[in-house]
Amino acid sequence: MSGLGSAPLPPLGPDDHLLGAGDDPPLIVYADYECPHCGVLHARLVRDGARWAFRHFPVRSKHPRAWAAACAAEAAALQGAFAPMHMALYADQARLEDPHLWERARALGLDVERFDADRRSGAVLARVRRDFESGVRAGVVTTPTVFALGAKRPYAPDVT
Amino acid sequence: MSLVAAGSPAPDFKLRRGDGSKFTNADLAGQTTILVFYPFAFSPVCTDQLNLYEEVLEQFAAQGATLYGVSCDAVWSQTAFKEKLGVSIEQLSDFEPKGATCRAFGVYHEKGGMPQRALVMIGPDGIVEWSYMAPSPGDLPGANLIFDALAARDERAR
Repeated sequence: MSGLGSAPLPPLGPDDHLLGAGDDPPLIVYADYECPHCGVLHARLVRDGARWAFRHFPVRSKHPRAWAAACAAEAAALQGAFAPMHMALYADQARLEDPHLWERARALGLDVERFDADRRSGAVLARVRRDFESGVRAGVVTTPTVFALGAKRPYAPDVT
Repeated sequence: MSLVAAGSPAPDFKLRRGDGSKFTNADLAGQTTILVFYPFAFSPVCTDQLNLYEEVLEQFAAQGATLYGVSCDAVWSQTAFKEKLGVSIEQLSDFEPKGATCRAFGVYHEKGGMPQRALVMIGPDGIVEWSYMAPSPGDLPGANLIFDALAARDERAR
């Protein structure tokens, strides 16, 4: 039995992180915080007033800081601050080292000690990995990958 | 020459490992081998493909599967590529005589002078269990396809 064999894209669930506004059915975006193409996509989604669910797809060997950043976003989520942390991470993709993450947590008024413990916790790690694995099973191979109404859709940056 | 099919024995082949030693049919024993043929070291799509597989390498290992990257690049180029990517997936070179192993597996792109993007899974008995060629070299086969093939292998063994 293989845990990572093909499976349909999981539909939106209660613990998906919804971003943006409006009544359109949300896009589902698999991305990470270090990937420059994801940064471009993020800016476009914001510019276009899109509504989207963000799922983590960090690939360590490609973007060494992406896992830590994803865990930081999830740790912030535990204090009700996923969206502001998400925005803060994309606001400066060149600063994703530990002190930069603490600085963001502080600026957002989070309990920094708790944030730091949470971002290293097994539960947060598992939460990020769950997103990643759902993407692998749905055939995601690179970031960013966007699904609209269940179908892979090009909403990729022009730069490749 | 078409892609080697499931059920047929792996053709005789000889590749070079990073340390210059040979990797041949004899090295298939005792593991499920997955040969990841890719067009060129340092090309952008190949980079994403190996990075992605690296991220789920533990799950492959848990199923007794070992992945190898195969291209016609020289050993030194492959080593530099591997280091640049930061991946541990071993690279095997089909440099000289160029493409001989790729031809034997039916994955050589004659005009391009490169392997097509293809995956070949070989059992410990040297029999090809599964093979897949991407519709185009720019198409990246997801890791899920390999896990599907491993699941099918387990199903057959049951």
